[in-house]
Amino acid sequence: MSDRSSLDEFGGGPSLLGPPHAPRGREEGTRAALIAAASTVLFVVVALWAILSSEAWPAVQNQFFNWDHFVIVFPKVLGGLWLDIKMFLFAEVVILAVALAIAIIRSLRGPAFFPLRALAVIFIDLVRGIPVILLILLLGFGIPALQLPGVPKGALFWGLTAIIISYSAYTAEVYRAGIESVHESQRMSARSLGLTQGQTLRYVLVPQAIRNVIPALLNGFVSLQKDVALVLILGIREAVREADIYAASTFNYTGYVAAALLFIAVSVPVARFTDWYTERDRQKKQSVNA
Amino acid sequence: MATRRTTWTILLALLLAFAMLTAACSSDSDETGPTAASGSCDIADLNLVTAGTLTVATGEPAFPPWVGTTDGEGFDDPESQLGFEAGLVYAIAGELGFADADVVWTRIGFNEAIAPGDKPWDFNLQQYSITSERDEIVDFSSPYYVTSQALVVYPDSPYASAKTIDDLKDAILGAQIGTTSLDFIENVIKPNTEPNVYDENVDLEAAMNAGQIDGLVLDLPTGYFVTAVQVEGSIIAGQFEAEAAEPDEYGLLFAEGNPLVPCVNTALEALRSNGTLQELEDTYLTQGGGIPIITG
Repeated sequence: MSDRSSLDEFGGGPSLLGPPHAPRGREEGTRAALIAAASTVLFVVVALWAILSSEAWPAVQNQFFNWDHFVIVFPKVLGGLWLDIKMFLFAEVVILAVALAIAIIRSLRGPAFFPLRALAVIFIDLVRGIPVILLILLLGFGIPALQLPGVPKGALFWGLTAIIISYSAYTAEVYRAGIESVHESQRMSARSLGLTQGQTLRYVLVPQAIRNVIPALLNGFVSLQKDVALVLILGIREAVREADIYAASTFNYTGYVAAALLFIAVSVPVARFTDWYTERDRQKKQSVNA
Repeated sequence: MATRRTTWTILLALLLAFAMLTAACSSDSDETGPTAASGSCDIADLNLVTAGTLTVATGEPAFPPWVGTTDGEGFDDPESQLGFEAGLVYAIAGELGFADADVVWTRIGFNEAIAPGDKPWDFNLQQYSITSERDEIVDFSSPYYVTSQALVVYPDSPYASAKTIDDLKDAILGAQIGTTSLDFIENVIKPNTEPNVYDENVDLEAAMNAGQIDGLVLDLPTGYFVTAVQVEGSIIAGQFEAEAAEPDEYGLLFAEGNPLVPCVNTALEALRSNGTLQELEDTYLTQGGGIPIITG
């Protein structure tokens, strides 16, 4: 088995410094870090110089990077971010469960399960074909307008439902890839030991599948963190909307910069965690294979 | 570990970058008083985007009674010259000496219109309220209309009979982004639930239909159109007492420092004194009156 996890193939992989397997001692590592730091600073300085020497820079600075406005708008955007955080944490839990259910249904064997499998495929195909923003508008404004008794009307409820539906379809495919990545011999051996199809899934396939796709799931989670902001079209006041409101009333866009910084602050830890996890998993597999 | 150190370096560099960007932010203040021009306002001398034509931007869709009449004639068709803002533009063009055919319309969203960068139009009008904060970024003409805020609800709403602002404390209200209506809800009505904010008028209607908001706050003329056409069965429950807030004045929006402003202001002044502005108001914006007043 290859010890290179698939993430390594994207530039960088677990270490930002270079290929993870290059032999290097502690000293060499420090040197590499210094070079990386120096070239980063150089890059930033050159980029800044290019931006700052632009003729339109004063106007852009005044409208996008205005400290006076930043101080006013930052607390508003921060207040909105709290709603985003609650939304994506809740949505992620539901998505992980719903998507797993869909993926399992899609992976069921046997002709008797054909209708279920077909439904899962149709659901995934349809939902992935609809832009999220349309799904949010359709559910958020459409269903409540039907005035059905007992059906919630809330914009937040339907906006989040739309996002959960959309992400569940994508995430189900991630799970399915994980299930299919488990070698066929695992299923065969489990069945030959007398495990039922359900037990095989529960104890053999799904645990291995999930482990294989955790980096991909975390990647989806990072994406979700930003996409929950889309519910703003239903009038919900989360971080981006607060920045929007400020921009529209003062004509100053510093709020957008504040929102971007806050979203980065939320997603960077998850990205680092993904790298750390991938690296640890790789080492574990290496030691098992050794 | 080296990885961590590099990450910190990058974060630090980014922070430094932002600090440099925000540092020394000096906004050049401008003198935009509605000074009547003493310089030449001949078409040949005007500083125009396209020589010989007056390029005017408005929103898309441009809706009545600003462009087109309340019963829908000329909807989104400023060249029809119907509607208050469309009519105003042709009147200004006439004052400046342009033929009707020399007025060229272009469409641009609210946000794009105020972004830094090229402004490929001479002025923009889509009910921009004049505020001092905005005036730092762009230039405004002198006001061409002063509006009051109105409340739109369904007749069976408990808020349909609101008499005072206190009656609205428990209402979930909606407003369009960037409007004075939103400021009005937040600073004057101050309801217990913060208002929902929508990009477009159409989203307001959708939310109203979906029962997600109890009522809309918008400027009175737009209220006429919304109740007549957009949100079927809705009514204007009342207009808010003018004294309750700062007057909401609409102005033409220009790129910062555009020398055209004084010429247009002179034209506006002429239209005001010869009654054209009042005539346009009477034709498109004042509809029978009889709207109850909601007091502060």
